[in-house]
Amino acid sequence: MDQRSLGKRIAPHLILILFGLMFLAPFAWLLLTTFKSEEEIFVIPVQWFPSELIWDNYLNAVSMIPFVQYTMNTVIIALLSVAGVVVISPLVAYGFSRIDFKGRNVLFIFMLSTLMLPMQVTMIPLYVMFNNLGMLDSYWPLVLSAWFGTGIAYNVFMIRQFFNGIPYELTESARIDGASEFRIYSQIVLPLAKPALLTIGLFTFLNAWSDFQGPLIYLNNQDSWTLSIGLKQFIRENSVAWGPLMAAATLFTVPIILMYFFVQKKFIEGISITGMK
Amino acid sequence: MSSLQANTGIKSRERKRLLIGLLFISPWIFGFLVFQLYPIIMSLYYSFTEYNLFNAPEWVGLSNYMEMTKDAKMYQSLYNTIFITIFGFFPQLIYALGIALLLNQSVKGLSIYRTIYFLPTLVPAVASSLLWMWLLNAQYGLINQALGAIGLPEPNWLLDANWTKPSLIFMGFWGTGTTTIMYLAALQEVPKMYYEAASIDGASRWRKFWHITLPAISPMTFFLIIMGLIGSFQYFSQGYVFADSSGQAIGGPSNSILFYAIYLFQNAFVFLKMGYASAMAWLLFVVVLILTLVVFRSSGKWVFYGGDK
Repeated sequence: MDQRSLGKRIAPHLILILFGLMFLAPFAWLLLTTFKSEEEIFVIPVQWFPSELIWDNYLNAVSMIPFVQYTMNTVIIALLSVAGVVVISPLVAYGFSRIDFKGRNVLFIFMLSTLMLPMQVTMIPLYVMFNNLGMLDSYWPLVLSAWFGTGIAYNVFMIRQFFNGIPYELTESARIDGASEFRIYSQIVLPLAKPALLTIGLFTFLNAWSDFQGPLIYLNNQDSWTLSIGLKQFIRENSVAWGPLMAAATLFTVPIILMYFFVQKKFIEGISITGMK
Repeated sequence: MSSLQANTGIKSRERKRLLIGLLFISPWIFGFLVFQLYPIIMSLYYSFTEYNLFNAPEWVGLSNYMEMTKDAKMYQSLYNTIFITIFGFFPQLIYALGIALLLNQSVKGLSIYRTIYFLPTLVPAVASSLLWMWLLNAQYGLINQALGAIGLPEPNWLLDANWTKPSLIFMGFWGTGTTTIMYLAALQEVPKMYYEAASIDGASRWRKFWHITLPAISPMTFFLIIMGLIGSFQYFSQGYVFADSSGQAIGGPSNSILFYAIYLFQNAFVFLKMGYASAMAWLLFVVVLILTLVVFRSSGKWVFYGGDK
């Protein structure tokens, strides 16, 4: 009996550890590759550990391509996206949560249903629109799409859930005291919503940082490239600079992993509520 | 005070509330009009035109749609997309549930395991695709070296048209962390007393899973299938990077990883066939709508919403 329950307790661990190692192996391989010399990268049979830690791949990663420029572009787009989203989304969420106007619920459901719209349907007219406005190769198509595009429904949904959890007495009493809606919003509700804002800010940043298709469409001029489309420059006609490429991919990923470790709970909450990433 | 006055008082208060409400949600209304409704209408219009960006759109009636019915590459891309939906998305969903079930056994160190399984989803699609291309490298890749060491054949993952889609599917398993976390959240909501009652009745583990767990998490499964189908039909970045970064044309070897969204993108921004690409977008829209509707329709039979917790 004792032995059986011990086995029962260990079995899930064994499977989780086995699969966990399989999940971690690519990370390990990535990191170890970045510290190897060219000879050690291309060797058969594979050699897991570099004989000495070499930083050349990282040096090449940032010097072979305009890595700093791409990083700047990526950071600026991501931060501008976040700045707008955390101002706009809670306003809309407040309207859908605290102001009981006619047709509110219908509009809210309607907003959520727009999440099913494939981006391919709007992609071409938006490109034409931004082209006509002379905004191609600038940050704005990506930033404005983050503010007002389909993603707004996710963010509003998320914050509305949070607002709905704030006791009604709090806002009702202010209303009886004659405070305007905007005052109630900005002085009572918004300060309480910081955790929810942090969550959507985080996800907005993550999405902007990782976005590939958007930059591919809107950024043709190399000066405006982000990291996700700039990395392909390590790939040449006949050869791939795997060492520097893996180092660059590591540098591209590390900020996000660090963010995750700082605010792990926010990530898990956000995903559990909306399923977005 | 007459009732009429009171009535207009209520009405005007209602109108004021409506006005303030609309004011608060106005950023969304603006976004909807400019970033959704207007593009939808224009996209429908473009789909009936020939349009290369430089000349004004020229009305061609249904000819884009007719051309699609004869376009072998379109069928190929549709086939590839359905292939990874059936052999990628659904197995990955089941796999994510499996891991979530293991994590839900209230094992020690849950947060460590959760982090391990979640980390890969944080890696940007481009970075993870490039990493997997390195892992799958036919000569020097870790995976083929491992396969060779135990005497298995070493496929040319990225250049052999038979193996490109499986490559992408393997990589997809690595990125199922989000689904796992969502299933885990759903599993943790299942009331313990259901299992206790079943245990008293002597139900086996399998029966408990089949009759309690699966129905209880069916709303989550429903949500994941809807969102997953929509996402799967828009599969783009990984397939694009795989072909582009292995020095191949868009679509990879024999167009084996030419997915619908990639072919659409190619038509729009490489061939500048904006009209044709718009028609493709509308076909995509209709297919996604029908699939969603079918899943919704069927949901009455297999999705159970528990009353109280």
